[in-house]
Amino acid sequence: MFQDRYSLAFKLYPYKRSADQDADTPVRHPVVVMGGGPIGVATALDLGLQGIPVVVLDDHEGIGMGSRAICFSKRCLEVADRYGCGEPMLEKGVVWNLGKVFHEDRKVFEFNLLPEEGHKYPAFINLQQPYFEKFIVDRVREAQADGAPIELRGKNRVDSIDVRDDHVVLRVMTPDGAYTLEADWLIGCDGANSPLRSMLGLDFTGRVFKDSFLIADIRMKAEFPTERWFWFEPSHGSGASTLLHKQPDDTWRIDFQIGWDVDRAEEIKEENIRRRLDAMLGPDIEYEMVWSSIYTFQCKRMDRFRHGRVIFAGDAAHQVSPFGARGANSGMQDVDNLGWKLSLVITGKAPESLLDSYDEERIHGADENILNSTRSTDFITPKSAISHIFRNAVLDLAEHYEFARPLVNSGRLSLPCTYDGLSLNGPDALPGGPSRTRVGSPCPDAPVGDGFLLPRLGNDFQILTIGAEAPEMLEEDGVTARRFAISASDDPTGVLAERYLGDASAAVYLIRPDQHVAARWPAFDETAMRTALRKACGKD
Amino acid sequence: MSTLNLKPNIEDPDGFYADLIGAHEGLSDAESAALNARLVLLFANHIGDRDILRKAIKAASNPGKET
Repeated sequence: MFQDRYSLAFKLYPYKRSADQDADTPVRHPVVVMGGGPIGVATALDLGLQGIPVVVLDDHEGIGMGSRAICFSKRCLEVADRYGCGEPMLEKGVVWNLGKVFHEDRKVFEFNLLPEEGHKYPAFINLQQPYFEKFIVDRVREAQADGAPIELRGKNRVDSIDVRDDHVVLRVMTPDGAYTLEADWLIGCDGANSPLRSMLGLDFTGRVFKDSFLIADIRMKAEFPTERWFWFEPSHGSGASTLLHKQPDDTWRIDFQIGWDVDRAEEIKEENIRRRLDAMLGPDIEYEMVWSSIYTFQCKRMDRFRHGRVIFAGDAAHQVSPFGARGANSGMQDVDNLGWKLSLVITGKAPESLLDSYDEERIHGADENILNSTRSTDFITPKSAISHIFRNAVLDLAEHYEFARPLVNSGRLSLPCTYDGLSLNGPDALPGGPSRTRVGSPCPDAPVGDGFLLPRLGNDFQILTIGAEAPEMLEEDGVTARRFAISASDDPTGVLAERYLGDASAAVYLIRPDQHVAARWPAFDETAMRTALRKACGKD
Repeated sequence: MSTLNLKPNIEDPDGFYADLIGAHEGLSDAESAALNARLVLLFANHIGDRDILRKAIKAASNPGKET
């Protein structure tokens, strides 16, 4: 009845019979999350920390083996930090800044991510996905101990659903047999092959790329520096392209592009993986195999992420190629976007239509990610003779001329999108205000006093005043915004002024619970603030 | 003497590259070569400066030895 699809790295929520299984009539929950991956558990954490009861149903009892996603972006870590689990990720993760690009046996050029000062989190960390997930589950356990109404149910597999106008009925299979449960809202975080999507017969459209990649994670005490190395057509012949990336625990991710018409069963054999690894590393390097997998990929998304009372997030809603670290990172941004909106709707403080802005904003994000990821894929795996000629011409020129380097695309590393021109945006009315903090942007971090700005923002609406006056609190139709005031003495480095004032001498920002800018002005105007707050909640 | 600009100068390089490759989609090798020839002539006319064009031809023929 229960066949595990994968083995576990950490068994964290073993099956336990729930009282719901013995109820005479199906128990109704405000939110049920389908899927216990990072996006599902983070969704539960976001809602649970807001006091919204949530049940996660996972057909396994913990976190799957294998490093899978390894590159977590600043914005993703900032979201995790808002949930209280960013710091352990940073502590465990590997920080890297230098990337090198090779063609055949020549180094074409190297680049430095040149980290900008004044952020709590670096541009990226490398961390095996099971650790990333475990830190989120650890935080759930901590939140539960503080009373957050979160339940993680292992070996609870959703076999069928019935979507009604105002709730969803789920038939759930367990080792003790099936039971029925109801949810006001069902969040589908069940991954790229989403069974939920199939149950609803919903389309998932886009491009399939005809290439396969072999991932090998190996453990070795090698002298390779902590850098990202990418080979186009390496002369060691181990693949059409190869990526080497450092992870914690002396573990290295190596990714070989091996072509479309390959015998997967043959390629995944250890001796054949070792043949490629030995060709690349040289014969004298000893290593131990940790994990390997062959994958193909697609760039696809659903037409809409919200279908009445069913909402999709993460890979279930959109899938990208791995180049550029846009999978798990964009899924976390979905959670960041959905959590506060769903909470306002459930508590009756905002109309249900607010959730349509989740669709609008995250489809905007998904399209940007798919565009970038598709372009990287086209560069790495050129699909026609002429595209291959241009790709190699760029590499030849990049070795000698700086101008060609921005054209070399081995993955454009994930940046959060700005919700330019979308429905919830209020006025961008700060003359001289910097472009990076325009309305719709995720707030960039900056030093404030002894700490940082972002840990002070989020979870609720806030009125950020910089050298400006405003009331300490404002309530509009059930939604409150609290003031966070910054004066010149809180910003000794001037970095915050550079990022939030530009040429302006003072500013008032309305910041959303997900740390995006909702509106900005040079001074507080109560009527304008109330109007912007209503708009950001999908009212009027 | 005019200088051939070898510093990054293309706005939205990824978008430009996608347009360039996209223009070749579905073309035969001969058609692609012809498209490239027309493109080179258009770019050359836009540049106009004979000295720059001479250096660009050298740079393309022997990368690293444009002068």
